[in-house]
This record gives sequence, C-alpha cells and structure tokens, in this order.
Amino acid sequence: MNTVIRKIYPPPKINMKEILRYSGVKKSDDKLLSLTEECIREVSAHISYKVCYKKCDISHHGDTVYADSIPINSKNLLHTLKDCNKALIFCATLGLDFDRMLRTFSSSSPSKAVIIQAIGAERIEALCDAFSRDMESIYNKKGLFLKPRFSPGYGDFDLSFQKEVSCLLNFSKEIGVTVNSSYILSPSKSVTAIIGLSDKECKKVNNCNLCTMTNCPFKDDLRND
Amino acid sequence: MNIREYIKSNTLYLDGAMGTMLQKAGIMPGEQPERWNISHRDEIIKIHKAYYDAGSNVVNTNTFGANLLHYEEDELRSIIKAAIENAMSAREMSLNPNPKFIALDIGPLGRLLKPYGDLEFNRAVEIFSKTVRIGAAYGVDLIYIETMNDSYETKAALLAAKENSDLPVFVSNAYSEDGKLITGASPEAMVCMLEGMGADAIGVNCSFGPKELSDVIDKILSVTSTPVIFKPNAGLPKNINGKTVYDVTKEEFSEEIASKMKLGVSIVGGCCGTSPEHIKTLYDITKNLTPPQITEKNLTVVSSYTHAVEFDDKPILIGERINPTGKKRFKQALIENDIDYILNEGIRQKEAGVHILDVNVGLPDIDEKAMLEKAVCELQSIINLPLQIDTSDVTAMERALRQYNGKALVNSVNGKQETMDKVFPLIKKYGGVLIALTLDEKGIPDTKNGRIKIAKKILKEAEKYGIRKNDIIFDPLAMTISADKQAAKVTLDTVEEIKHKMGVHTSLGVSNVSFGLPKREFINSTFFSMALTKGLSAAIMNPFSVDMMKVYHAYTALSAMDDNCAEYIDFANSVETSEAVISAKNSNNDINDVSGLQDAIIKGLKEQAGKITSELLKTVKPLDIISTEVIPALDIVGKGFEEKKVYLPQLLMSAEASKAAFETVKEYMSGDKTSMEVKCPVVIATVKGDIHDIGKNILKLLLENYGFDVYDLGKDVAPQEILDKVIECSAPIVGLSALMTTTIPAMEETIKLLREKASKCKIMVGGAVLNQDYSDKIGADKYAKDAMEGVRYAEDVYIKL
Repeated sequence: MNTVIRKIYPPPKINMKEILRYSGVKKSDDKLLSLTEECIREVSAHISYKVCYKKCDISHHGDTVYADSIPINSKNLLHTLKDCNKALIFCATLGLDFDRMLRTFSSSSPSKAVIIQAIGAERIEALCDAFSRDMESIYNKKGLFLKPRFSPGYGDFDLSFQKEVSCLLNFSKEIGVTVNSSYILSPSKSVTAIIGLSDKECKKVNNCNLCTMTNCPFKDDLRND
Repeated sequence: MNIREYIKSNTLYLDGAMGTMLQKAGIMPGEQPERWNISHRDEIIKIHKAYYDAGSNVVNTNTFGANLLHYEEDELRSIIKAAIENAMSAREMSLNPNPKFIALDIGPLGRLLKPYGDLEFNRAVEIFSKTVRIGAAYGVDLIYIETMNDSYETKAALLAAKENSDLPVFVSNAYSEDGKLITGASPEAMVCMLEGMGADAIGVNCSFGPKELSDVIDKILSVTSTPVIFKPNAGLPKNINGKTVYDVTKEEFSEEIASKMKLGVSIVGGCCGTSPEHIKTLYDITKNLTPPQITEKNLTVVSSYTHAVEFDDKPILIGERINPTGKKRFKQALIENDIDYILNEGIRQKEAGVHILDVNVGLPDIDEKAMLEKAVCELQSIINLPLQIDTSDVTAMERALRQYNGKALVNSVNGKQETMDKVFPLIKKYGGVLIALTLDEKGIPDTKNGRIKIAKKILKEAEKYGIRKNDIIFDPLAMTISADKQAAKVTLDTVEEIKHKMGVHTSLGVSNVSFGLPKREFINSTFFSMALTKGLSAAIMNPFSVDMMKVYHAYTALSAMDDNCAEYIDFANSVETSEAVISAKNSNNDINDVSGLQDAIIKGLKEQAGKITSELLKTVKPLDIISTEVIPALDIVGKGFEEKKVYLPQLLMSAEASKAAFETVKEYMSGDKTSMEVKCPVVIATVKGDIHDIGKNILKLLLENYGFDVYDLGKDVAPQEILDKVIECSAPIVGLSALMTTTIPAMEETIKLLREKASKCKIMVGGAVLNQDYSDKIGADKYAKDAMEGVRYAEDVYIKL
C-alpha cells in the first residue's frame, strides 16, 4: 500500500491577468489594479498551500478504470489514463481561513469579495500547478511523464468520486478537507485530481474542450490563450 | 480502580496504533476497520492483548469511525458491542498485573461543521451521543476523544460524552505544521475550552513525531491544570518500496516522550506507525520516572476558535457596540434581521483594537433566543475574538453558550439566588468566565462593604458548583455621579478591594458613570484611567472613542505593559493619520474630485458618497436625494454593466457607494422605515447542499440598492425554509442560486414545492452551472445570467403587481 504524503508549498507566483479574468474584468484600469493589489495584501496571510497525495495503481477493465481497486466509470478519464498503470491522486487546499476572509468581505465589501474569490480561484490553480511541477521533476527522473490533471466534475468524471478520493487520501485528517452530502469540498478552495503517469511523453491538452458547458464565461478566453 | 483516582498519582500508559496494526494484519484500503470487530475478532483481540502485555493500562476500542454517519444504528450497536467485548477478552487474557482500563474510542466524523461545512453543530452532538450511549451501556471505563483537528467538532464530541454518561473523558487533538488545529485553534485555546467543559485529561495525538510536537506540548503544559496526554506518531511516514515506513525508532520515540514526562506529561502512548514494541520500550524506559504534578494555574481566561485571552495585569477591552440600547439604527438592523450590519459592527471594533466583543441583542420586539444564537454563530464564523454573551434571558444564554466555539465570557450573574441557581449550572456545563454584578434582591448597595458582601456570597455559591474564583469577574457597577456624587468613589474603592484583597478580577461598564452629564467622554475617560490605577482588569467600552483608547494606550505604556511603547506608537500614528485625513478631506481634494453624489456613486467612492449625502441632507429632502441622485447613478452604472463597459467589481463598488448613501439617509431618518420607499419583498437563498453564496450576495446588494425589501436566507437552505419565508412575508419573487450540478436537484425540489404551495410567486434562478435549458427544465420563471438581469426581472414583476 502506498503512503499518503503531505506537503506544504511556498506561495506560488501571482498571475494578475488570471485574477482579473476570474473577476470578470476584461480591461482593467489603475483603480481596479490597486484594489486587486490591496485585496492580495489583505488575504495573503490567510492562505495556506497544502497538498496531500499518493501514488496509486491503475488498471482497466472494459469501460471502467480502477484506482487502487476502486472503480471509476468515466470514458474521459479512461481516455486520459489509457496508457498508464500508475497515477498520482491528490488533494490541494488553500485552507479554511481563506473562506473566513471571503465571508468577512462579503459582509463588509462585496466588490472586494468578488476579487478575493477570484484570487482564491487563481491561487488554487497555481497551487495545483506548483504541485504538478514538483511531481514532474521527481518522476521525469524516473523516466515517467505526467498526463494532464483530471478532476471529478470534468467531462463525465462524476463529482461523487470526491468521496472515494476522501477514502483513498484521508484528506480530512491530512489537510482538513471534507466532502459534504452534495460532494462539494470544504474549504471552498480545494481541488482533487488524478494525474496519470506514463512512460510516453504526452502533449498538453485543453481540458476546456472536454467540458459540455455551453454558457461558461471563461471558455472563449481559454481558447484565445 | 477508578481511572480518575489512578491518574492522580500514576503515569498512565495508553496503547499504540490500531490502524497500523490492522494494515499489518491485512486490512485492504477502503475496508471499514470497525467491521473487523465482528469479522476478525481474534485479530483485534490479539492487537489489544499485545498492547496490554507491552505495558498499556488503557486500550482504545476499535471504534474510531463507529458513528451514525458510517453505519446504520443496528450495525453500529453490534460493532461497538463487539469492539468492547474484544477489549474485555484481551484484558482477561493478558497476564500483565498493571491496572487495565478500556476506553471507548471516538474519532472525528470527517465532515466539517456549519457554516463552512454542512453539518449542524447539534446534529454532530447527536451523532456522537449515539456512540457514547451504546459504549457506556456495554461497560467501558472511559471515553477517549482523539485526532480531532477542529475545535468545534471537539466541543460537540465532549458535550455528547458529558450529556450521555458520567464516564471520565480524555480529549486529544491533532495539530498541524503551524502548531494549531487545522481550523485555527492554538493549544492554549484548546486547553481553555476543554478545561472549561470539564475534560479529565487533555493533550495531543497523531499529527507528527514527538519532536515536531514538542512546542505544542510545552504550550499546553504552561497553561493547563489538567493531566496532559501525549500520543504522537512514530515520526513522519515515508514510502519505501511501496511500504509505509515511519522515520523514528522506538528508542528515539520513547526518549522524546520521556523528556516531556519530566516536564509533567503523565498520560503517554503512540499513534500512527507505533506498535506494541514502541509501548514496551516506552514503558521500560519510563517506568521509574515520576512526572511532576500538574499545578493549579488559576488563570482567568476565555477563548475563541483561534486563541485564548487571559485576564491579567494588562487591561482587556470589551467592545460594547453590538447592543441596541440607545441605538436606533442597530434596533432597526435587529428587527430587519440584518446580520451584515451586526457583523460589520464586530469587524470595525476588532479593527479598533478590542480584545473581546460584547454581544447583546435583547429587544422587546424580537425573539432574543433565536437572535442571540444566530448572532453568536455568525460572528464566530468570521471574527476570531472571544465573545461576551450578554443577556438576562437564561434560555438565550444557554443556546448561545452551546453553539459557542470556545470558552465565552458570560454577562452576567448577580447575587440574586434565583439568578445564581439558573446561571451557575450553565457555566459548569459549557464552561465560561462569568461577569458577576454586585447586586442582589435588595438592589445595588450604596457602600463598598455592601457590594463586597454580595461578591463574597456569589463566590461561595459558585464554589458549590465547583466553579473556581478565577472563572468569576466582578462588575462592581459604575453608577452615575449626576445622581450621587459618591457613586464613582464607591465603585473605585470596590474595584480596589476586590482586586487586591479578594484576588478576583474586575470589569466595568465605564460609560454609565457620566449618565445625564454633558460631554460624557471627558468624565468617562478620566474615570477609566482612575479605575485602571485601582486595578481594573477589563472594561466594556466604546472603542471608537479616541479619548477612551488614549487612556488605554497611555496607561499600558506608562505601566510597563507595552514593550518599546510599540502599541502606543501604532495607536498615536493611527490617530494622527485619521486626523490628517479628516482635515485634508475637509479642506480640499477628495470631495472636490467628484462633482456630486451621482458622480461619487458612479466612481464607486463609498466614503465620499456617505459624506456628500450627509451634506445634502442639510438642504435636500431624503427621498429627493434618492430619486434625483442615487437612482440615476445606479441606472448609468447598471446600463454600463449590461453593455459590458463596466465590470462586476466596478458595478459592486458603485453599489457599495450607493448603499453608503442609503445608510446615511437611514441614520438621518432614525430608522423610521415607513418613510423609506420600499418596493416588494424578495426572498433569496442558495439552495440546499450548496455552500457558494457570492453570486447570491451580489444580487442581494443590488436588489437593496433598487429599493427591494430583501430577505436573505443564506446558503444551504432547505426548500421548506424558503417556502415558509415566502409565505410569511408574502413575497412575489424568489431568487434561487446554485453553483454545482449536484445541487440543481435541490433547486428543482424547491421550485416544485413553491409551485405547489405558493403558486403566485415568481421564481428566478442563477448560478454558474445554470443556463436557459436547465432553467426551463426545472420550471423556473426566469434564468438570470447575472445579478443585473435579476434586478431587471424583479422590477418587471414589481411593476406588474
């Protein structure tokens, strides 16, 4: 059985453009920029960058993928993991204090709350990227390559798999993340995902194309990137 | 032998890991370990017996996850029964002559409590209660609550243990890298809360190896008067060839624990990665070691979900602003259930530097019991200051104390027998530091001696309940000098005697002293400084009064309580800046930057909008300000947003600016709601199961801006609750928000219920996953793609009414 490892990362570099995009701002001005910078200063101390992960065995039987003997019915995931027999499964979180800050600003300043919410979205992505880079540097040395990370809720990968990830990683104990009865994670800025490990180098794909949502305000932006 | 007696004079050896041993015995990932109590009895008995043989006095039953969230009641009963029987068999079989006890093991539920998770506090208590009742019925010697990484859940478990058994309860928490629980509590805060509630032993388990937990243990030892538990992991897990290996040897493990036993830790064992060999080694190395007794610390201390606040020489400031007395705007907020207003009063006082927030929501027209509970829950969800629960309604007090995440300050008890009979049992049960007023059935004595006599009576009565004098703070009552010239002097003398002769802390509601006099601040601040020199420990005061804050900061600096005068300098600078800002603003630019209220709102300048409104109110009628300035500005910004020229944060900045204008108008009209034009009521909520509320909050702000009477039910709201509100306030419009595909069924269910029982009500829906198709499918009247569209729809419905 593989061990669950817990890691804390230093704050990843901030991507201002992403924060503005998540705030719904297409063209920013000085005032918005300084407000965003002010928000970043106010929340930075309230964000932690915690990840727990483990390596698990992947096997395929028909349309079902097994992660450490736990079955997952998802064609999209099957496709992503098609030439992998190992994968990393992880959970990342910014911690509960971020939610408290967000709630505080919802009361005192909704405009800041919108920006802080966007900061959270950018930060958790940045944390997942930092984790991926870290793993890449470890596994590339062993001749393995990382597939794109794939989360419950992407494509046909059911959100209810959060519960299974919770059992595999015991992330409530490791980093204080919990799953509620609607399979939503708390703290709110938390992500679980699977990253396939393959001995073939793989090209980057855009997960956006897998998604069936048609009215996503961010979809076009991503395509333009 | 009773374990409570045993731990007074003996080291108590606990067991080591169960999970690690089960893995060795072949349990598979995903398999429920508790089921092994029945399916693999011999394996479980073998593990328990190995620990007893190794020297453990206590083994924990294999019931870490045995609760109603994981098992149906019948199975739960069989599992716990079997688990206890297994431990009993092991106890009989082990030949070790040491006293042997069985602990009912209770681990965390794996769900986060409200408001950040979806589990109700009282539901959590119920779930734990079931496990406790079954365990107690089958005969354990104690309850061991372990690996809890949230203070609130820890409280729920301890409360369940206390309400459902008389068994001794040990509590040990899992700490994070920063030396705190994952939800923020410091070791000192945990000791404060758990001692207050009467835990028999307190400590640490799991988390890390003994070395990494050294600081946490030291902190606990420095403040606790209760036996201390240390049950760490065998270091950190490493993955070696697919196997989990812990990096601390059993000798290192035992030596580290022994070093803490020399400082006072007396209950020891191991967690993840430890085995009977670790316990054997630990036992052999330490069996001749006698840990020094834990001494009574006699601290007067309250706590929040993050930290403890101690009453000591340095005075404690208790913010008095969350209180409707004499505040029309606050009364209005309470009547309208405007929690945001209350929260903002809390946030501002915290920023002004208070250490504790007084919470008083007593008003004849409102349900104080429900409101106090709600205010406490909301405040403690965002403000990390300890709260002072301030009410004369004992039921309200109990409900608030139960929900409180920490050890509260409670205001108040007094010398009336009836009051003492009701309040002391609550403090005994939930913990708390109690403000005791020196008055009784006969009123407030005019003399120091009269008040001291009552104080002594209160202490004597408290003792009957086992409440120590350090959990009492006397308020010797400041009375106005305008009615009695001796009043202040009597109070000051009483403060001095209580503090220096009786050795008990004091607190005063300072501002009463000047009642009926002009320029009350002059008197209040001088009285405050006189009281401080007499030894006053705390004051309930207005932190927005510069005079009062001046006294506090100058006093602490002058009394050698402020290192390098750092706090004083900070304060002095802040006063300077705000004075400078005020004069700058008065003289020139900021206001001149904008051409009027309309412009201030369009530019999103909150402060200016408020100020210009105050100016305008001198010459213009309130309603004219709204119709000629605020509404046109909102329209311009709203159109800009719809045309994608104004972005969401800018829209909201304008909305906040117009809210500031509204607030100023409201204050001016002294909360006279009838004279404000209000459109129809709108009920809004994030549906059951969903915890995302940013979008809903935005809608709320904009609807209020446009004059709607908004009833915001919050997030994770059940269909019935939404229906009840719609009927109660005859709302013609409901706004529902959902962010996840998994919560759309809850939205559909809500719509169905509303269609059945409130068919006239129009329903609009919004949220990230929604679109027109979904909206049609679940039967909503309107899909609003953003908050502005929601407002436009509400206006349409309103016009057609």
